[in-house]
Amino acid sequence: MQLSFDIINNYMIVKLKGELDHHTSEEARKKIDQKYYSNNLTNIILDLRELNFMDSSGIGLIMGRYKNCADRNGMISIVSTSPYINRMLKMSGILKLANIYQTIEEAIKG
Amino acid sequence: MEKNNNKNYMKIEFLSKSSNESFARVVVAAFASQLDPTIEELSDVKTAVSEAVTNAIIHGYEYGEGIVVVEATLEDNKIDIVVEDFGKGIEDINKAMEPFYTSKPNLERSGMGFTVMETFMDELEVESELNKGTRVKMSKTFKSLSIKE
Repeated sequence: MQLSFDIINNYMIVKLKGELDHHTSEEARKKIDQKYYSNNLTNIILDLRELNFMDSSGIGLIMGRYKNCADRNGMISIVSTSPYINRMLKMSGILKLANIYQTIEEAIKG
Repeated sequence: MEKNNNKNYMKIEFLSKSSNESFARVVVAAFASQLDPTIEELSDVKTAVSEAVTNAIIHGYEYGEGIVVVEATLEDNKIDIVVEDFGKGIEDINKAMEPFYTSKPNLERSGMGFTVMETFMDELEVESELNKGTRVKMSKTFKSLSIKE
């Protein structure tokens, strides 16, 4: 699992690459939270386009970050184009908490 | 043992380390590939195995050390998978299987594990005994084969 970060205005853009499961989500969560709080950011965009696997641990990770953003009156957006990952997102009801976009530009526009 | 050319079987066992989650799902997927499933069917199997093995590690052994056993049987165009641990067992299986229920809310778990297994596989059966362990049996028929000869 590789993570890369980008900050645009109040948005922290997190690109996740590889496989997101229970094992990799613990480290991803720590790194995301560390960056989010140390830069005093509000909104998070999770770019899942380069994930080739995600199980329900990924859902847990997204839900947790949603709560952190909500505590700061921010929001979380997801960029995903994979039908498998989108199916998991739909199933989990996460679409009630976050929107899915095709590109980062669209996610920033909202 | 009766010989059935359409049947194949494998078994792996490994330590209950989270780094083995990907190992387990990749092994089962590689084995299942013999039946020539679609990418989507293979992805379903991988995800279901990942959920079951994760449960064994987090809930069965509560991050302690134990052995997780994964077995898979291929017959015709169907795969049967068993994921077993010898950990603490599930007190209330029906409750554990409810969507969004988690016995460990502090861990940021989504509570979707069994729901994912149920959705992505055709059949799911959970047997558990307190302080003995849990056995998750699931199966899936690969439809992609039925349209071939």
